[in-house]
Amino acid sequence: MQKLLLLGDEAIAQGAIDVGVSGIYAYPGTPSTEITEYVQKSKEAKEKNIRSEWSANEKTAMESAIGMSYAGKRAMVCMKHVGLNVAADGFINSAITGANGGLVIVAADDPSMHSSQNEQDSRFYGKFAMIPILEPANQQEAYDMVSYGFEYSEKMKIPVLMRITTRLAHSRSGVERKKSIKQNAVNLPENLKQYILLPAIARKQYKVLLNNQEKFIEESENSNFNNYYDNENKKLGIITCGIAYNYLAENFEDQKIPYPVLSIRQYPAPIKQIEKIYDECDEILVLEEGAPVIEELLKGLLNKGKTIKGRLDGTIPRDGELNPKIVADALGIIYDETENIPGIVAGRPPSFCPGCSHIDSYKALNEALRDYSKGRVFADIGCYTLGALEPFNAINSCVDMGASITMAIGASEAGLVPAIAVIGDSTFTHSGMTGLLDAVNNNSSITVLIMDNSTTGMTGGQKSSALGKIEQICIGLGVEKEHLHVLKPLKKYHEENANIIKSELKYNGVSVIIPRRECVQTLNKRMRKKLKVQVTENVLKQI
Amino acid sequence: MKKDIILAGVGGQGILSIAATIGTAAVNSNLFLKQAEVHGMSQRGGDVQSHLRLSSKKIFSDLIPQSKADLIISVEPMEALRYLPMLSPDGWVITNINAFDNIANYPDIDKVLDKIKSLPKHIAIDADKIAKDIGSPRSANIVVLGAATPFLDLDYSSLEDALKSIFGNKGNKVIRANLDALKAGKEFAENNLY
Repeated sequence: MQKLLLLGDEAIAQGAIDVGVSGIYAYPGTPSTEITEYVQKSKEAKEKNIRSEWSANEKTAMESAIGMSYAGKRAMVCMKHVGLNVAADGFINSAITGANGGLVIVAADDPSMHSSQNEQDSRFYGKFAMIPILEPANQQEAYDMVSYGFEYSEKMKIPVLMRITTRLAHSRSGVERKKSIKQNAVNLPENLKQYILLPAIARKQYKVLLNNQEKFIEESENSNFNNYYDNENKKLGIITCGIAYNYLAENFEDQKIPYPVLSIRQYPAPIKQIEKIYDECDEILVLEEGAPVIEELLKGLLNKGKTIKGRLDGTIPRDGELNPKIVADALGIIYDETENIPGIVAGRPPSFCPGCSHIDSYKALNEALRDYSKGRVFADIGCYTLGALEPFNAINSCVDMGASITMAIGASEAGLVPAIAVIGDSTFTHSGMTGLLDAVNNNSSITVLIMDNSTTGMTGGQKSSALGKIEQICIGLGVEKEHLHVLKPLKKYHEENANIIKSELKYNGVSVIIPRRECVQTLNKRMRKKLKVQVTENVLKQI
Repeated sequence: MKKDIILAGVGGQGILSIAATIGTAAVNSNLFLKQAEVHGMSQRGGDVQSHLRLSSKKIFSDLIPQSKADLIISVEPMEALRYLPMLSPDGWVITNINAFDNIANYPDIDKVLDKIKSLPKHIAIDADKIAKDIGSPRSANIVVLGAATPFLDLDYSSLEDALKSIFGNKGNKVIRANLDALKAGKEFAENNLY
């Protein structure tokens, strides 16, 4: 079969389509978004009736996937690493309920924080939930592991976590497909009480999970995804996790790596192989893309054994993603000297697109706040977070999805009145609605700007769950009609908009202001498509 | 055969079209390929780069090792300079000379171009002008790709075929414009090799 040129994300999606998945559940988040987008665009997925609509957030996605697995079908749920924090309640407890139809959770980590607010390592979550973890080293393996993961999940009746990082997610390479298989039929769990986590049942189910731990280790020890390469020079043994192996191999190109190497891509960690490399080598170097998970386990609290090198002793930087040079430095391999970045090169941070509605919204907000002291604007996660940069300097926080409204509540209760929340439309339905309910119930003195560009912008313009629903949601939650305003963020309405914000800042209660204008990117895309349709129609007419 | 290429530019300038063209040509020439892209936040007007690796043998790392890139292909001059630490001592820099000025502190463009011209191996091309002259102002990125073709070790016809397949659904006019842009870039490079 001809190879497909796929991103790591797309390889996972194609793997899911081919292995009989019935549903993909997700909320967009870099670097995981392209998994779901690929399924949404796939003709094959459409023919197979694979559901792939966006969920309101990662928690609802996770829980829907658990439901599909309960009903006996294969389900995949995809998110960025911090999305797993949102989904954590369902995720951790799904290890206790166990899986019925195969359940694979994909978490895409972002070491070096290319598009994220932290670089947490999702392997901790897998360990926390005590479930197996797969960590592919390349695009082909990402494809292959999806099928392995679903089989494993159904064989052991357990959700499986697949952890990838930005470099694999967003790098393209050739992938060979396998034969596609059919979806499962609806088939409920044998024990219809398995998913009722009342304490009496949960205690039993938890014991099942605990008793399975040894089997999971055995699976890892026998897995084709964990490889031991014996080599002569035993002064050093190298343990690599996931794509770290590639950076090691890159430094030896045509030569053989002189040291024994253990390449781990399946967890729980394969104890036998780790014991072997530890016993046979004088020192151990651990290469992990992310946190020092294996390194810490090896060192233990007391670190009284052999020398373990890695991120904890400074052999590898403590933060940030790996690359070939970092691994070369750790091994004493020296690269050619090159030029530094010339001094004249200026930084080029991301910025608002020309014509973006957020520019006008922030100008109006800054104008309205002119007479107040600084430091009152709690923002959220999305394109509008770029309001933090010059020349706007318009916001003071960006913590997690939905935190704008709730932080404004706390700050206003501390005496910072007025406090302002800035949140996007998609973020509002992701995690802002419950916070707004709190604000209404508290009668908090806050002004909430829901910056409605009618899309999930930062991740590339996915459909927003909030589309056409924001006013009804706000009214339903108890926001007073006379303190709910919709604005058109355009230069010509600047003064009018600033005045409306200004007057609501004085209101001693909850105000919601919705600056609404479509994202220029999605607008352009829509116009181009429309144009194309028109052109095609005209051509057809001529024929 | 082995080529490690850094593609550089600003989000929205079309470096992924260059990557897709070289990538398609490489795959159709039965080469191994890895192509690391930047998605997400930086696409909003920030600096973006793509690591493109072609080889007749299996490729391990998705990232090009520092100081080992054979080529920097950039659609913006300052962005070409940003990746100099990646360039091998005998590597070439092929860059557009037109600044994409979306920041307050963009340096003096003459100084940027002087720096590029001081590099031992470089092609500095006015891709915007060439694209406009051939009546296809939106194909400046493909003009830059054309200027890189003498250094790619790929059959020129395989790149033409790649453009035809990538822009296939956009109609013959768009395909023609891109083929012309590729050719114009190639001719410029061939006349300015020294």
